[in-house]
Amino acid sequence: MSDHSEAIAVEHVGGTTVSFLYVWVALLVMTGIEVFLAYEQLPTLIMLTALMGLSVIKAALIIAYFMHLKFEKFSLFLTLFPMLVLCILLMMIFMPDSIRSLLMRAQ
Amino acid sequence: MSDAKVAVMDSVWQGGTHPYAINSKKFGMWLFIISDALTFSALLMAYTYLRLSTPDWPKPFIFVPSIIFSSVMTFCLLSSSLTMVMAVHSMNHGNRKATVRWILATMAFGLGFVGLHLTEWLNLINNEHVTPFHNEWGVPLFGGTFFALTGLHMTHVIIGVIYLGIIAFAVGRGKFKYEDVEVSGLYWHFVDLVWMFIFPLVYLMSARL
Repeated sequence: MSDHSEAIAVEHVGGTTVSFLYVWVALLVMTGIEVFLAYEQLPTLIMLTALMGLSVIKAALIIAYFMHLKFEKFSLFLTLFPMLVLCILLMMIFMPDSIRSLLMRAQ
Repeated sequence: MSDAKVAVMDSVWQGGTHPYAINSKKFGMWLFIISDALTFSALLMAYTYLRLSTPDWPKPFIFVPSIIFSSVMTFCLLSSSLTMVMAVHSMNHGNRKATVRWILATMAFGLGFVGLHLTEWLNLINNEHVTPFHNEWGVPLFGGTFFALTGLHMTHVIIGVIYLGIIAFAVGRGKFKYEDVEVSGLYWHFVDLVWMFIFPLVYLMSARL
């Protein structure tokens, strides 16, 4: 078992120091853009869309490069992530109710 | 090894091979990460729901210094992810001394994050008079959701620092393998990843000049 684990470890080199640095810089730049957007005080909907878009890109970079998922078998991704995304989307089913609640308070 | 034994090892249905080509520790950590991601998703959804349904949700984070302060916290976590990935990289190349140094750097960034976060909490509690059940803006749910969300995240960071400390200690003594460092790295990157959603949703969306 231990020999087998060592063999797996050696196979998963995945990524170089330079690529990690590029990802880190990209993450910092995107964070800088997010902070700039907060400074500009954009309308809420535009702000939320832009921030969530950037956050999803940042999360994807972290998962792909720092967490090495890009270098794993595709079946691992298929097992884990479609279910996660589906569950998160299902949670959003409550969101329209928050607007209803807001309108009821205003009445 | 006999031919019969090799045939068993090759069959996925016999359990003799790794279907995802990863070891069980790493797969276990991935499953934990997914379940923990759902926990944080539920909390963020609850926060967003309450914010949308509350007419006068407070915006307590003044750009200077609060947003700048939380941006520095974000920098700490992002940099800790870089040092952690370098620790995994060093361990993959069999350099245990460098691995320990990178893990210690990761822990330092993690502790920096916790220190800054606690400072920010104390500022909110002492200067803005925000507690989990009360604040001056008449929206007690703000404190409840804010402290629950950031508190759970900070707990994860503190557990991560302890976890990395144990890994660094063992690696320095010649124990543990590459896979153990990699699995601890997965946990640490997840903690960083969660902050990538808390920072914009909780701080930047509630910023004022």
